[in-house]
Amino acid sequence: MKNKFFLFTSILIFLIIFSIFYKGLHKQNIYTPSVKLNKKIPEYSSKLLYTDKIINYSEIFDKENFYFLNIWSSWCVPCRAEHDLLMELSKNEDIKLVGLNYKDNTDNAQKFLKELGNPFNIILVDIDGIQAIEWGAVGVPESFLIHKKKVIKKYIGPLDTNLLIQIKSLIK
Amino acid sequence: MLSSSIGYYALILGLISSLLLIYFSLLNFRDNQYLNTKILSFTFLQFIFVITSFISLIISFALSDFSNETVFNNSHTTKPIFYKLAGVWGNHEGSLLLWLLVLTLFTLIFLLKTKKQPLKYRILTILFQQIIIIGFFVFIIKTSSPFNYIFPVPKEGLGLNPILQDPILAIHPPILYLGYVGSSIIFSSALSATVLGLITKKWASHIKKWVLTSWIFLTLGILLGSVWAYYELGWGGFWFWDPVENVSLMPWLVLTTLLHCILVLQKRLILTSWVIILSISTFTLSMSGTFLVRSGILNSVHTFANDPERGIYILIFLFSLIFLSIIIFFFFHKKNESENESFFWLSKETAILINNWFMMYFLSVVLIGTVYPIFLDVITSEKISVGPPFYHKLIIPFLVPFLIFMAIGPKLRWIKSNIENKINLISVFFFSILISFLIVRNFNVNFLINLTIISGALYLFFITIRDFFIKKNKNNSQKIAHFGFSLLILSIMFNNIFSSEIITNLKVGEILETSNTKITFNDINQKNEKNYKSIIGSFIIETKNEKAEKFKPELRIYNQPIIITSEADIKTTLLTDKFMTINVVQNQDYFNVRYQVKPFMIWIWLSVILISLGGIISFFKKEYEK
Repeated sequence: MKNKFFLFTSILIFLIIFSIFYKGLHKQNIYTPSVKLNKKIPEYSSKLLYTDKIINYSEIFDKENFYFLNIWSSWCVPCRAEHDLLMELSKNEDIKLVGLNYKDNTDNAQKFLKELGNPFNIILVDIDGIQAIEWGAVGVPESFLIHKKKVIKKYIGPLDTNLLIQIKSLIK
Repeated sequence: MLSSSIGYYALILGLISSLLLIYFSLLNFRDNQYLNTKILSFTFLQFIFVITSFISLIISFALSDFSNETVFNNSHTTKPIFYKLAGVWGNHEGSLLLWLLVLTLFTLIFLLKTKKQPLKYRILTILFQQIIIIGFFVFIIKTSSPFNYIFPVPKEGLGLNPILQDPILAIHPPILYLGYVGSSIIFSSALSATVLGLITKKWASHIKKWVLTSWIFLTLGILLGSVWAYYELGWGGFWFWDPVENVSLMPWLVLTTLLHCILVLQKRLILTSWVIILSISTFTLSMSGTFLVRSGILNSVHTFANDPERGIYILIFLFSLIFLSIIIFFFFHKKNESENESFFWLSKETAILINNWFMMYFLSVVLIGTVYPIFLDVITSEKISVGPPFYHKLIIPFLVPFLIFMAIGPKLRWIKSNIENKINLISVFFFSILISFLIVRNFNVNFLINLTIISGALYLFFITIRDFFIKKNKNNSQKIAHFGFSLLILSIMFNNIFSSEIITNLKVGEILETSNTKITFNDINQKNEKNYKSIIGSFIIETKNEKAEKFKPELRIYNQPIIITSEADIKTTLLTDKFMTINVVQNQDYFNVRYQVKPFMIWIWLSVILISLGGIISFFKKEYEK
């Protein structure tokens, strides 16, 4: 009696382990960190790309407008791929695009924009990558949708047309 | 082309011999008094088939025959011949073929070495072995054949992961596999002995050999892996609690426990359930290791391929074996009636039993730490990672009583014992605490934890040293192994306490000065080697007490595939290792420089060698007595 009880429980336990492993095999193994939302924008100041002026974040982002902060770099290949979408987004009147030029060479960055067009209303320069860390970025490209001085949405990796439609619907 | 076909058909023939062997053993099991000679010849033939297959894969690698898919994926013409050959088992398909080779070899040796054992037991063990072998044959032929063709034939291969281009790593998998696969014999033998009711003292002394063999290879295999991680991965550590390391540690823990249980069984015919369950778990844990590493359910340096089909196959195979053994255990195993109440509180077997429970506790910590993240991910989609603090916090406190029982246990007698030399045992104990207090006091570390562990380890250390002098030549294997273990814990603790590290970014010509060390970055050189480009930094390190030393850490940029690896420059002396690595910082002239001083590194390796030496002595000792 006791023996059978142990037999069945051990078989049951191993069956459960089996099914969990079986399910686990079919799971995606790519890890995306959870995104913290509704976070206030960091308090920081930054140099601008075309002038040497230093400007505070609070002067850039005001309470009314939607802002789209895009972290990019001339050496980053996916940034090049998403650039057309940024150009398209910049035609929208309801949103202002802010570029954060990440660990880049100023000349290269300017060449990049000359070649592909400049979608940004303002471009911040992040030579050492500290500002990107302040924003909580994990890599380039990465974008943040900002409203009322808060990050309401975060996009890891390059944009695509679907995401662009979503962004446009969010800012209506 | 030709060698691939030969290899493939040899595998098919090997599978056919497996089926024939099962047929013959079933026939022989019922009929005969004598072993059917066909069983022996087909086991031998099967081994010949598998080794033919393995050699043809070696030839394909040696000749860089890129019509073979495995060679194409894992080799390159510019690779040195030694690594071309090591590439045979540096990938999923080839390593499985190696596993199969060892499996058939061990089966053959088992058959040859057990002429004195009962016939039914031999045949049944062969039958179980063949079930495992068939499982591997089908797995290789169906899902991971190393002999697939590619057409048109590519001109160049894709190269071998350069992290794996290391002489230590070239022999690490074969040694580890000898350990893993040795446990398959223990598994089959324990099952058939259970079925036939043969769990006896005689069986214990026969299977002890196999347990020792497996244990020695597993110990050395883990050591090699750990040495490799230290030299090659450039993190300056030797154990990272990486899931794949844990997966090799778990069978080791079980085997060590099994080894001690077998000793008890051999003397007293108790703990039979322990022995059977441990024998089963050793092999199933080795198999789960293969499953976890090969299925891609874990991501680590060891993961070769992420192919769910392979994972599902191993999973089903593994669990069929588990269910088979559970059923056999419950239906056939009968406990001896005398077994239950025969433990006296103060005896050698009680001490072994207590430490067995500690071992099982360590095993469950490692098992939970490895498997729980997978479970949690599947059930709740939550990702967690379990790191060293988890293992350290749960294992370290329990090491102290474990070490003390390890010291006292061997001094006790079987069945019933008194503590002899009480005064000695107690005075050594206080002496250890005193010494440990004097050491720990001078350093700014967690006082209580370090004090207790170092006392525990020192206690075992002094007791075993004392034994070498008073009980000459008696049970040397145990003394050496236990002494090695105390040395291991001590070296790890001292390594941990005394280690120091400087991490900085430097460019050529710069100097960094801390309170007691001065690092000068002199120069940088580039060289082109056969299959990589090397960047060698040249540093001078000056400390207050020692004279200046030159360090030349290296970065290697491999061409196929393009991977950057960092080769540490390590200066080893008896007392400390000095360890320096460089790394590139993105888009700048700067290099990330990491300089570590790691005392007693070499003692960690030496103590593990001592532990396995204990096993080796025990393995050969029985021969003399007979």
